[in-house]
Amino acid sequence: MITAIYLAAIVCIVIALAFSRSRVLSAVLGVLFLGVQIMLTVHGMMNPGKTELSYFSFDSLGLILLLTLSIISVPALIHSRIYLTKPLASPSSAAAYNASFVLLIAAMTMGYLANHAAVTWIFTEITTLSAAMLIYHHRSKLALEATWKYVFVCAISICFVFVGILLISLALLHDGCSELFYSDLMAHKATLDGFWMKLGFLFIFAGYTAKLGLFPMFTAGVDAKDKAPAPAGALLASALMNLGFCGIFRVYAAISGTPVGNWARIVMLVSALITLFIATIYMARIGNVKRMLAYSGIEHMSVVTLGLCFGKAGFMAAMLHMVMHTFVKSGLFFHFTQLYRTYSSKMIDDMGDYLKLNPFGAIVLLFGFVSIAAVPPSGLFFSELLVFKAMIAEGNWVVFVLTAFLLTVLLWAFAKSMFRIIFLPASKPVEKIRISAWESLTQLILFVLAAYIGFNPPAFLTELIGQAAAMIL
Amino acid sequence: MLETFIIIFLATLFYLAIANRMRNYIKILVYQGILLFLVAAFHLKEFNVFNLVVILLETIVFKAVAVPYCIERIIRHNNITRETEPFVPNFVSLLITAGIVVASILLSGSIDDLILDKFFFVGAISAIFTGLYLIVSRRKILTHVVGYCVIENGVFILSLAVGNEMPAMVNLGVMLDIFASVFILGIFANKIGDVFHDVDIDSLSKLKD
Repeated sequence: MITAIYLAAIVCIVIALAFSRSRVLSAVLGVLFLGVQIMLTVHGMMNPGKTELSYFSFDSLGLILLLTLSIISVPALIHSRIYLTKPLASPSSAAAYNASFVLLIAAMTMGYLANHAAVTWIFTEITTLSAAMLIYHHRSKLALEATWKYVFVCAISICFVFVGILLISLALLHDGCSELFYSDLMAHKATLDGFWMKLGFLFIFAGYTAKLGLFPMFTAGVDAKDKAPAPAGALLASALMNLGFCGIFRVYAAISGTPVGNWARIVMLVSALITLFIATIYMARIGNVKRMLAYSGIEHMSVVTLGLCFGKAGFMAAMLHMVMHTFVKSGLFFHFTQLYRTYSSKMIDDMGDYLKLNPFGAIVLLFGFVSIAAVPPSGLFFSELLVFKAMIAEGNWVVFVLTAFLLTVLLWAFAKSMFRIIFLPASKPVEKIRISAWESLTQLILFVLAAYIGFNPPAFLTELIGQAAAMIL
Repeated sequence: MLETFIIIFLATLFYLAIANRMRNYIKILVYQGILLFLVAAFHLKEFNVFNLVVILLETIVFKAVAVPYCIERIIRHNNITRETEPFVPNFVSLLITAGIVVASILLSGSIDDLILDKFFFVGAISAIFTGLYLIVSRRKILTHVVGYCVIENGVFILSLAVGNEMPAMVNLGVMLDIFASVFILGIFANKIGDVFHDVDIDSLSKLKD
């Protein structure tokens, strides 16, 4: 019932936003949207496991991701508002931005909650549509290039996922089941045809990597996060990646513990290690802050995927890592708008002396860097440690050494750029502009939240993660 | 009968590998649309009339007429040169396409399946990978769009293979088709033509690290 209200409200809000030319009306609609988003989240937390409209279930994985998304959508909307004000965007482009922003959040929400392979697929397709609108916000040549690449790669990836779903449906048909609910997949776990599941998983994995940001299809995502407005980039670099993970995990859950599952683990392991390697290479020679953050997101998602490869303990650490990464990464993207206003540039070479130009912002940025680099007191330190522990517990020393080495190099490259921005003098004189400390407050809250979750995970969160872990063997 | 259509469909893939002019690509898309119409008409026996009519209309109107017409219009509108401008010689393309088809036949050899017709599987997998090959081996953005349409045709064949048992999958395939094609062709191919004039991937290489 509540889900139906949510969907109806979203349709109305998106249409109204698309036609709204008044800033006040858009703000009211934005608050209204946050209201329904929170309503759905609270309703889900109160009724775990409930299925609504037959295709949406509040299962543990969906709830964790939904909660995370709802928390970051509040600052995301606030920063979108700031972004559209400084400098003031034209009413029509602001309307397109607002409508596609709300559509993106809603599509991700429904994608998390979908309990049917085809429904997840449909909502993933809608995220491509709305993300494309956001990337093309500036109507420049470069934005068009990024949008074209994103749309084209996502169109191919969505075809791949569809082929994967078809192949899995063949496996289900052999067991006499002609529905594609994830629960059907789980119920037929022991008897599913190995050949079709292998081929199907391969296509689904390759397809969803466009969203998850892993090898082979991560490239378009990096360009997209670079060209999209920073508040939208924050969603693309965190919550949308989680949707890709969600799509892969739900199929993986149906094969884990079988011989096909072991094969799938090797596929994910190889892909994650290649991605980590690529991210390290690019981080070492990167010049653009936004792209640096995008590559850092790719790095963290490969750590998450590595966690998924190492049993229950690894998966639980990976889930924790994903939640905290969502908070920290979106916070860093929110902060980018202030960096850009200070220096009028995205390039690291043009930046410096940030501590003098914006003292509070610089401290927050430094805390954000420490958090994302997984250095204590960062929450991500604990989850990364747990992923490593899971690796060692399975005796996989080669993967451990490789990952640890690549992460160390990556930390060096990341720190080099960040310290340059904050402490070293700028290459050319920069005029100091006033930036209100309030704007940095949301980021600080997100970083502190991530650290708190790392030190002391709330009981309901660990319980939900435990339930999700029970799905895999 | 079905087998004949799919073999002709495979033959169009070979023609795609050696075609030198954009016009030939468009013709091939038309032929493929008609072939898919015939395959759907002969194969989908357990569909209700309304649903069947929608799917048949989609193949004939959308795949065989609307998309090729749209591409043709973009070519004329933006004065795109008629050559396909491959990176690799046509003979090599032909060999690679042959390799793709042989590989999918070998892969299908390992399947012992009562539900899936091997012909469908070979046709679908060959089309998907030929489409991908077309995308990586051609310079024009519009050729990439043609490659994408070929991939979609392959996906459509695969969805027909399970169509009698899971009609919903065919409908989803149709939805994917319309959604993605309208999006790619209608909005962006036009837009890119207007903004960049010469629609060549070399002009889309500004974004890098």
